[in-house]
Amino acid sequence: MKLSKKFVSDYTSLDSVDFYEYADAMLKLGNEYETIKPLVNASKLIIGEVIECSMHPQSDHLHLCKVNIGSEVLNIVCGAPNVREGIKVIVALDGCVLPGGTIKKSIILGCESNGMLCALNELGIESKYLKDEDIKGICELDELAIVGEDPIKFLELDDMVIDFELTANRADLLSMLGLAYESAIITGNSVKLPKMNYKVNKENINNSLSLKVDTPNVYTFLSKRVNNVKIKESPVFIKNRLMACGIRSINNVVDISNYVMLETGQPLHFYDADLLGDTIGVRNAQDGETLVTLDNNKRILNSEDIVITNGKEPIGLAGVMGGLSTEINENTKNVVIECAIFNPINIRKTSKKLLRSEASIRYEKGLDVNRTYMALERACYLLEKYANASVCDGIIEYNTLDREDKIIEIELDKINSVLGYNLSVIDVSKVFDKLNFKYKVVSNKFKVTVPTRRTDISIKEDLIEEVGRVYGVDNIEATLPVFESTPSIYDKKNRVVRDIMVSLGLNEVITYSLIKNSDVFKFTNDEFGLIKVLSPLSEDREVLRHSILTSLLEVYNYNKARNIKDCSIFEISKCFSLINGEYVEENKLACLLSGNYMEGIDKEYYDFYTVKGIVEDLLDSLGYKNRYSFVVKELPDEMHPTKSVYINVSGNIVGLLGQVHPRITKDEVYVIEINLDTLFDNRVGKVKYKEFSKYPGISKDLAFILPKDVNNEDVISSIKQAGGKLLKNVMVFDYYEGDKIDSNKKSIAYNLYFESFDKTLSDEEINPLFDKIIENVVKKHNGILRDK
Amino acid sequence: MIEKLEEIKLKALDEVEKCNDEASINNAKSKYLGKKSEFSEIMSSMGKLSSDEKREVGAKSNEVRTIVTEAFSNRLKTIKDLELNKKLENDKIDLTLPSKKRKRGTKHPLTLVREEIEDLFISMGYDVVDGPEVDSDSNCFEMLNLPKGHPARDAQDSFYITQEMLLRTHTSTMQVRSMLANVDKKPFKIICPGKTYRRDDDDATHSHQFSQIEGLVVGRDISLSDLKGTLLLLARKMLGNDRDIRFRASYFPFTEPSYEVDVSCFNCNKKGCPMCKGTGWIEILGCGIVHPNVLENCGFDHNKYQGFAFGIGIERVAMLKYGITDIRNFYTNDYRFLNNFDRKEM
Repeated sequence: MKLSKKFVSDYTSLDSVDFYEYADAMLKLGNEYETIKPLVNASKLIIGEVIECSMHPQSDHLHLCKVNIGSEVLNIVCGAPNVREGIKVIVALDGCVLPGGTIKKSIILGCESNGMLCALNELGIESKYLKDEDIKGICELDELAIVGEDPIKFLELDDMVIDFELTANRADLLSMLGLAYESAIITGNSVKLPKMNYKVNKENINNSLSLKVDTPNVYTFLSKRVNNVKIKESPVFIKNRLMACGIRSINNVVDISNYVMLETGQPLHFYDADLLGDTIGVRNAQDGETLVTLDNNKRILNSEDIVITNGKEPIGLAGVMGGLSTEINENTKNVVIECAIFNPINIRKTSKKLLRSEASIRYEKGLDVNRTYMALERACYLLEKYANASVCDGIIEYNTLDREDKIIEIELDKINSVLGYNLSVIDVSKVFDKLNFKYKVVSNKFKVTVPTRRTDISIKEDLIEEVGRVYGVDNIEATLPVFESTPSIYDKKNRVVRDIMVSLGLNEVITYSLIKNSDVFKFTNDEFGLIKVLSPLSEDREVLRHSILTSLLEVYNYNKARNIKDCSIFEISKCFSLINGEYVEENKLACLLSGNYMEGIDKEYYDFYTVKGIVEDLLDSLGYKNRYSFVVKELPDEMHPTKSVYINVSGNIVGLLGQVHPRITKDEVYVIEINLDTLFDNRVGKVKYKEFSKYPGISKDLAFILPKDVNNEDVISSIKQAGGKLLKNVMVFDYYEGDKIDSNKKSIAYNLYFESFDKTLSDEEINPLFDKIIENVVKKHNGILRDK
Repeated sequence: MIEKLEEIKLKALDEVEKCNDEASINNAKSKYLGKKSEFSEIMSSMGKLSSDEKREVGAKSNEVRTIVTEAFSNRLKTIKDLELNKKLENDKIDLTLPSKKRKRGTKHPLTLVREEIEDLFISMGYDVVDGPEVDSDSNCFEMLNLPKGHPARDAQDSFYITQEMLLRTHTSTMQVRSMLANVDKKPFKIICPGKTYRRDDDDATHSHQFSQIEGLVVGRDISLSDLKGTLLLLARKMLGNDRDIRFRASYFPFTEPSYEVDVSCFNCNKKGCPMCKGTGWIEILGCGIVHPNVLENCGFDHNKYQGFAFGIGIERVAMLKYGITDIRNFYTNDYRFLNNFDRKEM
C-alpha cells in the first residue's frame, strides 16, 4: 500500500513532523515499509521559457535554444521535436540528478549546452502514467507557469510516497482515511472526513433499476445512479494521487471510482446504466459460465465465483473485476454505482485463481460496512463536482451487516498484567484518545467503543495490543519469567551421537527431506507407503525420504565434481514412511565415507574395516559393547553383495554398513545407516565401576594357519571357551594371506591376556591353558599352530 | 706420604680432563687407584706407620680416593652426555613437515546455532521438546487461530500431503502439541527446535526447507516484559553483548499482541549500512503473547493463564552470525563451506 503524503494530508495534517521521522514512527507502530521517496526524485529543476530556438548547424534534429530561467539565459541544445520559441519548459540545471544520470555542462557538436529540457519520463515518471506526447517530446508547461520557479511544485508532483508492507490484519490501512487515523496517533492531530454533500434530481433509481440477490455471499449491496456525466480527463490532483498510489488514470469517471477506493478502502464499480438495463443481480456463477472482463480476457467461472448480472448473464466478476459489456466508455451518459461487500473467502479463491486486483486485495481482507455507505456518498459528491453528474434520488440498499460500533470492556489490571507495564488510567486514556476511540472509565475498568473501521479489533487482547504498540515497547522494562526452578528435561541422544561422529572425523551435513520419487526405495528393503506432497515444486522434491543415503550420495557427487574426492560426511535426520495409514517418523544416522581420511603425507583410505570400526566405535561409546554383531543377509540392491552387512544389536537389526554397489558408483564409497530409534530401544545400563585385579597379568601371542572359510569370530569363541576364567581378553594383531602359505589358507595371530584376582600368574599356570586353547582351535577349525 | 697422596690427586685430576672416552677413563682410573697403582702401594704400606700417622694418612687417602673417584665419574657422565647429544644431533628432523592426523570432523553451522540456543534455554530451565514434521492441518493452523480461509494462510503456502496432513510450516505446531500433552495444565516453559517446510522456490533468501526454534512459556502472569527480557538475552548471547532489540507491532493469528523483533545491526551499530539496509536494525524473529483462543483451544483457561511465544529462524541467525549470504549454502554442503566451521566457540 502506497501512502501519498498529499493525499493523506487531506484528512489529517502531517506538517508538524519530519516525514522521515514520521515513517520511522509508523514502522514502530507495526507498519513496515519498503521504500520512502519523493514522487519525483530530482533536484535542480527550474521553470524556463524558450526565448530563441534555431536548428543546430551540424545536426538535422538538434536545436540550439536560449532559455530564460529568470536569473539568467542559458544556451541549451535540445533534441525534442516539439521544442520551439515561446513555450515554457522544465529545465534541468548543471548538476541535476535524474534517474537517467547527472546533467552536466557540455559541448554538443561544437555548441555549448548548459542543461537539459526535460520530458516527464526523464523525471522518473513511468511511461504507463503518461500520454504519448509526454514520452515523445519535452513537457510543455501551462502559460501560467512562472519562470524561475519549481516545476515539480507547479505540476503538483511535489509529493512523498511511502510504500508500506502492511500486516494481514490491518485491512483498514488500505485506505488514506485509515492511514490518516494511524498518522494521528503519531501527530496527535485530528482527522476530518471527506466532503459528501451533493444535490439530487427528481429521478429515483428505484424506478429504473431493481436488485436481485440470489446468494448468501453478498453481505451488502448499495447502488446509486447519476445522470449526464461528462467524460473527460481527470483534474491534475486526482491523476497525480492515483499515480502516487500506483494506479493509472483512465478518465474522470473511472478515476473517481479508484480515487474513492483509495480514500475509503471500499472498492466501487461503475456501470454504464444504459448498457446495464433495468436489473442488477448477484449470484454464484454456474460451473463453466464465461465472462469477458474489462481487460478483454475471457474468464471461465465456477460456482465459487460470485458474479454481478444484468438479471440474466454475468456482467462483472464480483469484487475482482468488472465486465467489458457494461464498461464506462467515452459515450457513457448515465452511471450506476455499485458499492458492495462480498464473502472474502470467495473473493480470495476467485482472485487466486483468475487475477488479483486492487479491489480483490481489499475485499479479501474484509471491509467496514460504514465505509461502504461513505464511499457511495463520496462518489456521488465527486461525480457531481468533477464529472458534471446529476445525482438521482434514492438508493438501492441491501445490507445484512451490523453498522453499530463494538464495545469492549477491559480492566487496567489486565492490561498491565499482559504487558508487564505499570500504566495508569491516564496513560491508557491517552492511548485511546490518540486512537480516536471513545471510552468511559469506571473504577479502573475501561468501556471502549471501537469504531467499525477497525475490523481487526474484536477482543480484549486486541485492545491490549493497541495499548502496547501506541505506548511503545521501548518504554518497557526487560524482565525474566519468574518460575519455580526445575531442571530442564531434554533428549541428549542425537547430540551424543553427533558428538561421537564428529570426534571420529566426520563432517555433519544437512540435506533436504523431500527427494525424487524414484529414489525412495533405494538403500532399503523395508516395506512402507510413500508420503508424497500434493503439489511439489519439482520432481526432485516430491516424496519424503525413508533413507538419507541418496541425499548423501548427491553431496558426494557435488563435491567430487568440484575435485573434492575425500569425503566423510554424516547426517542425523527424521526419515519418513507410511505404515498402516500412520505417518511414521524415525531418527536415522547416515554416513558416507570415501577416499583418504588422514591429513599430511601418510594416506589412509577408507575400507570396509575402517567403516566397520566407525560403527563399533559408535556402538561401544553408546554402551553396546559385546551386544552387537554383523549379519550377512539379503541386502538392498544398492549395496555391494559381499562387502556389506547388517548391524545387529541384541538381536534386532538396527542398520547396515558396507560398500555402495559399483553399479551405483565406480568409486569405492562406503555407507552406514542406523535407525537410532530402533537402536535406542535397546536399553543401556548406567556406567558401573568394576574392581580390577591387584596383580599383573600375562600377555601371550599365538598364530594359526586356518582354512580361508573359517571366520575369525568363531576362532575367538573357541579360544575363549578353552581359555576359561583366567583368559580376560583375546585380540587379533595380525592377519596374512599370500605366498608364504597355501592359497586356500589364511593366517591369524592372536594376543591373549590372562589375569587372576588372587595372585601373579606364572607360565606354569598358563601353559596348560595355552595348550588346551591350541588343541581346541586345531581340532575345531582344522587349524595349524604357526607361532607360539 | 701426605705429599705423595696430594701429588697423586693433582696428577689424577689433571689426567681426568684429558680423557675423552669411557676406555681412557677406565685406564686412568686403574692407573691412579688400581691394584698396581702408587696409591695402592701407599695403602699397603700404611701398616708400618704409627697410629697417629695412620690416622692422618688414612684420612688423607680417603679424601683423595673420594675426590678422584668423583672426578672420574663426573667426567664419565659428561662424556656420555656429549656422546648422546652427538647421536641426537644426527636424529635431527624437519620439524615443519606436516603432522599426522585424522581429518577433523565438523558440525553443521545450523547445528552450532541450534545447540547454542538450546544451551542458553536449558541453562534457564526450559525443556527441549521434539515433534513430528508431518502434522495435521489442525495442529498447524486451526488450533493456532488460523481457520480455513484465513488470509494469513496465504503467506504460508504449504506442502500438503492430504487434505488434513501437511509438512509443518512452522514449529508452532509444538505449541499446540505441548499444551495438549500437558494434562495437568501446569505452568511450563519449552523450546522446540526442528525442521519446517514452505512452498517457496529456493533462492538466495528462500528455502523450501528451513529450521526454527519455537519458544513457549505459559504461567499465571507471564508478560510482555518477560518476553522482552528473554529475547534480549537471546539476541545478546547469539549476536554480541552490546546488542539492543526493538519491538515492532506486527500480526500473527496465534499471538495477541504480536511483535516482530529487530536487533541493532552488529555491523554498523545502528548507524545504518548495507547489511541493515541503512536502517540500523535487522529483523530476527516474531513473537507475542499467546492468543486467548489458542490457550482455550489447547485446554488452558485464558482467564487464569498467560504466556508468551516466539519463533526464531535458525538459518536467519546463522546467516547473521557468520555472514552467510545465500541460504542454499546450508543445504548444498560444499566441503569448502563446511570447513569454515571446524572449531568450537566458547
